[in-house]
Amino acid sequence: MPGNATVRIDQTKCIGSGQCVLAAPEVFDQSDDDGLGLVVIARPPADLVPGVRDAVDRCPAQAVNLEE
Amino acid sequence: MTEAAVCPVLHERDHPLQPPVGFAEAVTGGPVKMRWPNGVEAWMVSSYAGARQVLSDPRFSTRKGGHPEMRTDEGEAVIDPDQPGNINGIDGEAHLRLRRPLSRGFMVKRMNELRPRIQQIVDEHLDVMEAKGAPADLVSSLCLPLPSLVIAELLGVPPEHQELFQATARAMFGKNGSKDEYIAHATKLGEVLAPIVEAKKAAGTTDDLIGLMANDTDFSMDELIFLCIGLLAAGHETTSNFLGLFTLHLFERPDQLAILQRDPSRADVMVEELMRYTVGQLGGAGLTRRATGDVEVDGVLIKAGEWVSVSLHANLDEALCPRAGELDLERDAVSHLGFGFGPHQCLGANLARAELQIGLRSLFERFPALRPAVPVREMSYRTDMITYGAAEIPVVW
Repeated sequence: MPGNATVRIDQTKCIGSGQCVLAAPEVFDQSDDDGLGLVVIARPPADLVPGVRDAVDRCPAQAVNLEE
Repeated sequence: MTEAAVCPVLHERDHPLQPPVGFAEAVTGGPVKMRWPNGVEAWMVSSYAGARQVLSDPRFSTRKGGHPEMRTDEGEAVIDPDQPGNINGIDGEAHLRLRRPLSRGFMVKRMNELRPRIQQIVDEHLDVMEAKGAPADLVSSLCLPLPSLVIAELLGVPPEHQELFQATARAMFGKNGSKDEYIAHATKLGEVLAPIVEAKKAAGTTDDLIGLMANDTDFSMDELIFLCIGLLAAGHETTSNFLGLFTLHLFERPDQLAILQRDPSRADVMVEELMRYTVGQLGGAGLTRRATGDVEVDGVLIKAGEWVSVSLHANLDEALCPRAGELDLERDAVSHLGFGFGPHQCLGANLARAELQIGLRSLFERFPALRPAVPVREMSYRTDMITYGAAEIPVVW
């Protein structure tokens, strides 16, 4: 069941560091084409939200956005 | 106006694993203006929030052009600021143009695919170490060859040139090396790399980093060669030093080593804590930036044109985690700055993590009774480099 939070990655900022994938592997991936971050679950269930918050915090390019 | 105090970055260390004497006291608090021994003045920023701000705000440039690079000595900057492919000396879109294609080569899933190979290299080196018997030097047995072999494979360069990679790295990161010495090594390495690049171009392959850069980017030959040199050098120096320093910190803290030995499967999380703590304890010149506009950092106005040095001592700021000054391997991973922050964050961070996790876990699984053959304080440390580490780590088991 989708949650109430929405996750986005600002592709103009993303540097492809993969920190979001480490923080929340269920929610994020990296594109095989360009290595940039991909949101796999745009509206993650509540139990995955803490990992997304961690991704927001860890992203060196501050490209991950979470609206709760 | 009073003259800024000289940063005690060159002072002796009371203990080889702790910052130089007076360093922590000198840099703690708001941004402090300090003078490097080469006469350049910079604002030292060491708070966690301030460090993140400076490293991620585009108004702080990483370009060192027109000014000697901030150094802790009087040596000259060995890399020409206009060097094509100088990824750590450019900002904004020009930086992203180089960084993004390279990131593809270090993707988390690509690094995970590499793990069995890293494990194999680690196991082979531990086999040799075990067969030769104690005492052994951990640096030459594992710490140095591991990252060196892995980065060469990742790039697609034959490992037989290892000594040249190492000599170039030493010249690039040496504190007192001359520009001529660096250019001589880099030129030689460039001559080794050029035919490899040409061959991959002809073959059209993209299965290693050189192939990827040669056949799937718009990089010029000069950019490509310099990026390769940078990756080979960085791949050698940093991970090698940290694998050694992590082990030494654990030797000095038997209570923490016991935590790793109790549950080596948590080595992944423990590496994050070791990285946070070890980098925080290094002291050193930090990451240099230059303000391109007036910016307030931690309540201090930094003016356009002024230099800023971000000290990763910020990893020990209580704003990051409670008891930040202590090593605690039971801690969950926190957002430390061990790999830097912002668009220039360590490109090889995910590779380094894989090497450090596998290396550390395997080392103590293979030799549960591993211990230093001489006191940690009495080992020899390399103080002639921008990077810091033990020259030799004699161990028994």
